[in-house]
Amino acid sequence: MKFAMEPGMANSSKQLSGAEILIRCLHEENVEFVFGYPGGAVLHIYDAIFHQDTFKHILVRHEQAALHAADAYSRSTGKVGVALVTSGPGATNAVTGIATAYMDSIPMVIISGQVPTYAIGEDAFQECDTVGITRPCVKHNFLVKDVKDIAATMKKAFYVAASGRPGPVLVDIPKDITAHFCDFDYPETVHLRSYNPVTKGHLGQIKKALKLLTEAKRPMVYSGGGVVLGDASEHLMKLIQSLGLPITSTLMGLGGFPASDPKFLGMLGMHGTYEANMAMQDCDVLLAVGARFDDRVIGNTAHFLSNPRTIIHIDIDPSSISKRVKIDVPIVGDVKSVLADMNELIATEKPKQNTVELASWFKQIDAWRSKKCMNFAQSSELIKPQYVIQKLHEVTKGEAFVTSDVGQHQMWAAQYYKFEQPRRWINSGGLGTMGVGLPYAMGVQLAHPNAQVACVTGEGSIQMNIQELSTCAQYQLPIKVIMLNNRYLGMVRQWQEFFYENRYSESYMDSLPDFVKLAEAYGHVGMQITKPGDVEGALKEAFAMKSRFVFLDFITDQKENVFPMIQNGKGLSEMILAEDL
Amino acid sequence: MATTARHIISLLMENESGALSRVAGLFSARGYNIESLTVAPTEDPTLSRMTIVTSGSDEVIEQIIKQLNKLIDVVKVLDLNDGKFIERELMLVKVKATGTFREEMKRMCDIFRGRIIDVADGSFTIELTGSGTKLDAFIESLDKSAILETVRTGASGIGRGDRILKV
Repeated sequence: MKFAMEPGMANSSKQLSGAEILIRCLHEENVEFVFGYPGGAVLHIYDAIFHQDTFKHILVRHEQAALHAADAYSRSTGKVGVALVTSGPGATNAVTGIATAYMDSIPMVIISGQVPTYAIGEDAFQECDTVGITRPCVKHNFLVKDVKDIAATMKKAFYVAASGRPGPVLVDIPKDITAHFCDFDYPETVHLRSYNPVTKGHLGQIKKALKLLTEAKRPMVYSGGGVVLGDASEHLMKLIQSLGLPITSTLMGLGGFPASDPKFLGMLGMHGTYEANMAMQDCDVLLAVGARFDDRVIGNTAHFLSNPRTIIHIDIDPSSISKRVKIDVPIVGDVKSVLADMNELIATEKPKQNTVELASWFKQIDAWRSKKCMNFAQSSELIKPQYVIQKLHEVTKGEAFVTSDVGQHQMWAAQYYKFEQPRRWINSGGLGTMGVGLPYAMGVQLAHPNAQVACVTGEGSIQMNIQELSTCAQYQLPIKVIMLNNRYLGMVRQWQEFFYENRYSESYMDSLPDFVKLAEAYGHVGMQITKPGDVEGALKEAFAMKSRFVFLDFITDQKENVFPMIQNGKGLSEMILAEDL
Repeated sequence: MATTARHIISLLMENESGALSRVAGLFSARGYNIESLTVAPTEDPTLSRMTIVTSGSDEVIEQIIKQLNKLIDVVKVLDLNDGKFIERELMLVKVKATGTFREEMKRMCDIFRGRIIDVADGSFTIELTGSGTKLDAFIESLDKSAILETVRTGASGIGRGDRILKV
């Protein structure tokens, strides 16, 4: 372990200050990056950061971005993301980022400064009840009231964040605690009597599930973010290959199974493919792996349940099981471990399958596929947003890390960028936080300095964290922003078109900045693309600038909508397709 | 449609500051009913025991138990309704005790096996223990105009016989 403490930093004995202890804890956890923003309550901590060179601190321009960047660092690496913010507004600015990570089960440790213990409750300057405010959107949080508790609390925080169903854990540390001294002793192990997440699935249930899957006439696999977070892609691939099952994925699960595989039916849900949604509705045995039957995924629950099917659900979180849909065969456990057990069973028992039925099921699926629901009308005048994503996929050979914001562009990125690997598709699925795209790209690029990182965004979302253009300049992050600029809050406009008789209430944005000049003002390269014929060239030119941050402003067709679409309250098989209009 | 039923949930949790608000917050955030909630440390001062009276369909109760178990500070959760149990609640009622009321109150208190624990010129304070329904019945049987003040603890519950909730 590398640890550089300047002489005179600690007091004369071997004791360390709370701030120094905190830094040592981060060293012990092999933290590479801390994303943060200084302020009064964390000044001791920042002074200790000044004296160390083991991890790199990334100075953002707004605390929300620190949280998103740490979150994306975690999503793209599987390691715990770390953020550091000050008390009061620092903490409240962090809340959106914490809630975003919580909804998508991202392991993070957030350190927040707090006013000194003696001032707590007195409405001190920059005081807020951070533990109270964040309680509903963290996996757990702590208020450290004694310097002696810092090390053990940090150990617990990292353990809780990364184990079981992962999630953000916040540690609130009053300023005086970071100035007190004590011996540093980082615990090697941690045990919480109240927290023992199950990892191994019940073998009897796994056997039952396998029997159902092999005897099924119309089996279907529905994979979610749990496969990505649980690093279970290879095991899932093995299962699909050995049983030859059709598979779909949620928005969060994209990349967990390669999009180019013939067994893959594309994403399901509100903007999923025709074949995925029809197969999901019509199957007789459904295996859900690390997914949670979200309202955006199964549409109208009653409609979904109107077709009887046997449901097997693998999930690490018991509370995910039978939460929205009654599960017939629950398997609580780590998806990777459960899938490994299932694959082993297949290898030893070589179960017989209903091959004739399976073949006719695939015939039906192919019939649905022949609808070619992802086709869109190309234009020679206007840039179609789908086309930009297709070209992005081509130019980056499908190997880029793609972050997105929230809205139409997010759906197009999910639909048309065919993800082959897990942890390449970074977006806010659960909370749907506009503004994540750029800070997400920062976290990813820092974690993978030589990788191609594309931030697919819209002119609405990008402006929610546009200040981070400055951070990207400071750390020379060669991100490529792919902005699909339709001068509308596109998804809002789409809904207003469908459900509010085209009353575009507040969904048009006037007075947009000149994004090219804006990018240039921050020292970046800016490009505006207005013709379909220039799309590919511009993308190639941008990605050829390997060391530069390039902001591509694609002026796209204002009227384009996302299809297929399941309207609110409708069922999976009640999609509107582009061809229907 | 699933029918809702009253359930008494007992749980043991780390006796730490904020633990109560984690449980209370969970109920409000997820829209679960909460009829009463009582909490106090156990014989092991590091643990608190909480009794929550709630109602919901079997599915909702199942979710409540799972969500409670998910809280990091919660050590054990038990739905007392899964077996035989005893439920007790304490109520203090201050009633008018003037004129004919004085004798009437004494009599009612005896019938319900309560105790008069404070006597003043114009009032009695009655202590009554029992199930929630018994306490309700007592209130019902009193002349409304005689009730000056009531305070109830909310139910505490414990399993019968060998049903033991312990770490």
